[in-house]
Amino acid sequence: MKHTISVIVENDFGVLSRVATLFSGRGFNIDSLSVAPTNEEGLSRMTIVTRGDDQILEQINKQLNKLIDVLKVLDFTDGSAIERELALIKVAAEDDARAEVLRVVDIFRAKIIDVTPKSYTLEVTGNPQKIDGILELLRPLGLKEVVRTGAVAIGRGAKGWNG
Amino acid sequence: MKMNGARIMLECLKKEGVDTIFGYPGGTVINLYDALFDFKEIHHILPRHEQAGTHAADGYARATGRVGVVIATSGPGATNTVTGIATAYMDSIPMVIITGQVPTALIGNDAFQEVDIIGITRPCTKHSFLIRDVKDIALTMKKAFYIARSGRPGPVLVDFPKDIQIAQGEFHYPETVEIRGYKPTLSGHPRQVEKAVAMILDARRPVMYVGGGTVLSDAAEPLTALARKLLLPVTTTLMGLGSFPESDELSLGMLGMHGAYCANMAMSNSDLIIAVGARFDDRVTGKLSTFAPHAKIIHIDVDPTSIKKNVPVDLPIVGDVKDVLLKMIKQAEKSAEKLSGFVAALAPWHTDITAWKEKHPLGYKQSSTVIKPQFVIQKLRELSDDDAIISTDVGQHQMWTAQFFKFNKPRTLLTSGGLGTMGYGLPAAMGAQAAFPQRQIITICGDGGIQMNIQEMATLVQNRLPVKIVILNNNFLGMVRQWQELFFDKRYSSTCMELPIDYVKLADAYGAKGFLATKPGDVESVIKQGFEEKGPVIMEFMVAREEKVLPMVPAGASLNEMVLNA
Repeated sequence: MKHTISVIVENDFGVLSRVATLFSGRGFNIDSLSVAPTNEEGLSRMTIVTRGDDQILEQINKQLNKLIDVLKVLDFTDGSAIERELALIKVAAEDDARAEVLRVVDIFRAKIIDVTPKSYTLEVTGNPQKIDGILELLRPLGLKEVVRTGAVAIGRGAKGWNG
Repeated sequence: MKMNGARIMLECLKKEGVDTIFGYPGGTVINLYDALFDFKEIHHILPRHEQAGTHAADGYARATGRVGVVIATSGPGATNTVTGIATAYMDSIPMVIITGQVPTALIGNDAFQEVDIIGITRPCTKHSFLIRDVKDIALTMKKAFYIARSGRPGPVLVDFPKDIQIAQGEFHYPETVEIRGYKPTLSGHPRQVEKAVAMILDARRPVMYVGGGTVLSDAAEPLTALARKLLLPVTTTLMGLGSFPESDELSLGMLGMHGAYCANMAMSNSDLIIAVGARFDDRVTGKLSTFAPHAKIIHIDVDPTSIKKNVPVDLPIVGDVKDVLLKMIKQAEKSAEKLSGFVAALAPWHTDITAWKEKHPLGYKQSSTVIKPQFVIQKLRELSDDDAIISTDVGQHQMWTAQFFKFNKPRTLLTSGGLGTMGYGLPAAMGAQAAFPQRQIITICGDGGIQMNIQEMATLVQNRLPVKIVILNNNFLGMVRQWQELFFDKRYSSTCMELPIDYVKLADAYGAKGFLATKPGDVESVIKQGFEEKGPVIMEFMVAREEKVLPMVPAGASLNEMVLNA
């Protein structure tokens, strides 16, 4: 089962490799990982999308908590969080395809951020399923390059890192 | 007062109460050693190999309960400590490793003797630090010692670049330290304790399964008190030996792959296992799917990741073992009216256990012509001091020591349980002897492992550390040979040592005494002569070559499927 975990960490030397070493050393999966500083000085937030049964997820949570640099682990599994991902997509666009790309962009509320005679580059945000959806529609037109940030998540209402 | 970073480091060690360190000089710690030259408060011991220095710091830590300290230079000095660090990590031994590092400006440039030791040791340290400013030394060391000794203890590595050792700074040691991401739960939850005691009082076939966490938490006394109060049978892991006196009738001895028949049968038939500072290691559980099929499990451990890692647990109690056991004793006293009924109801269980003890006690066939290794262990127990500390290497002799020495006191057995590190025994004994110059320190080794750190004979002689080295020589890598005999049709691939070594001459070459026993009649006199010597001694026993460690639960078999005779 897929889980999205937020990990609040000290913005210390080597913290990313500590987390990565933990996942690889214990055979846990990482589907995606994103990390950036938070609004609190000295703290970063990682969002990790992982998979496993309940027992594995419990171990992942405990093992992350055991790292000295980890302040808090939030496991968003029950729809208690809003997830967003950003993708930059370069798609082939010549002749009739140019109009088709624009239609898809419109439907998905994406943005064209670069245009050449042979391609469009677009920016789209949404939950990971939405990104999968737009890629599905654009694939027949010829995807040249896809860059995804991986999901970031924030708890709904009171569920969060410090209440 | 201004001083250089090297001196600040030593002042930190002094503040932490460190009296003995093990270390090996080199280019990036030469400034640290220069400061050490005039620093009389810390006794420095020079091993002949950094791995041995690390094991010595580990042995010192296990014997005393204090944090062991080791110094190594950058590059190869640092990489040589890795086996010692991993050994300590697997057995949760508090240790601080200080490695020299190339100057900060050169880090990442593939400088001479540069290695990313923090990266290399990340999976086998509890935490690690790179000091990047002379102002950070004191706080870093305060944190390092606090992390190493608190919660579930473990090794902490501090990488100390050469330019920081040279830089001038002020020394102020913080009184307290606060690490916001590190707050180990030490106090067991009272409600969980209440439930645990209620579960015990409902059980009819309870067993206490006790691991090294009990030794680390100095909880032998409350453990013994609780077991005796509730008449609970106690089995220990290899790491737990000594936390409950094996002379006690409630003791079942060690369980697991080479555990006692009664211990494994008790686990397999139990209706309630009380795991105390143990982690359900594969050498203990055997096949997981058939492990203790009738038992509910209470698991007491300071490390939440140990709980439900391998087996489902009915009642977890996160906390320091000593704290939880003391609370359980109090709780049991509150239920005094139930106690006599409970104890009476255990009678059939104790009858079963006695029957198992009598059916297959630990034993061996004595011989009048060849020395049986188990006989040597028994004689060592008989002739050694009550408070003697025993270290072992890894293999058959380790298991025979665990089975036949009969440990009654905590911190008297130093052995590499988790990692199973050959070469551990001699340097660990060296560390224990440095901590306790007056106590009898004995290392029991095989002829394989002793050669992995034999160079430490020089350290023993030079530092007048009178460790008594026992070599059970079967001229085989015995444990692997045993597996080859049982599971590989006696194809002894690379397990015969071929070349006999004259250990008496070897001892002599190092300036120590050596004694050799070749027949059973020699055993007692060799041990007596060895113990009488004031300095370090090698006692070599030529033992039955193809003796096996039994009983044995074959890998992948259930705990009650022991091979008793083979």
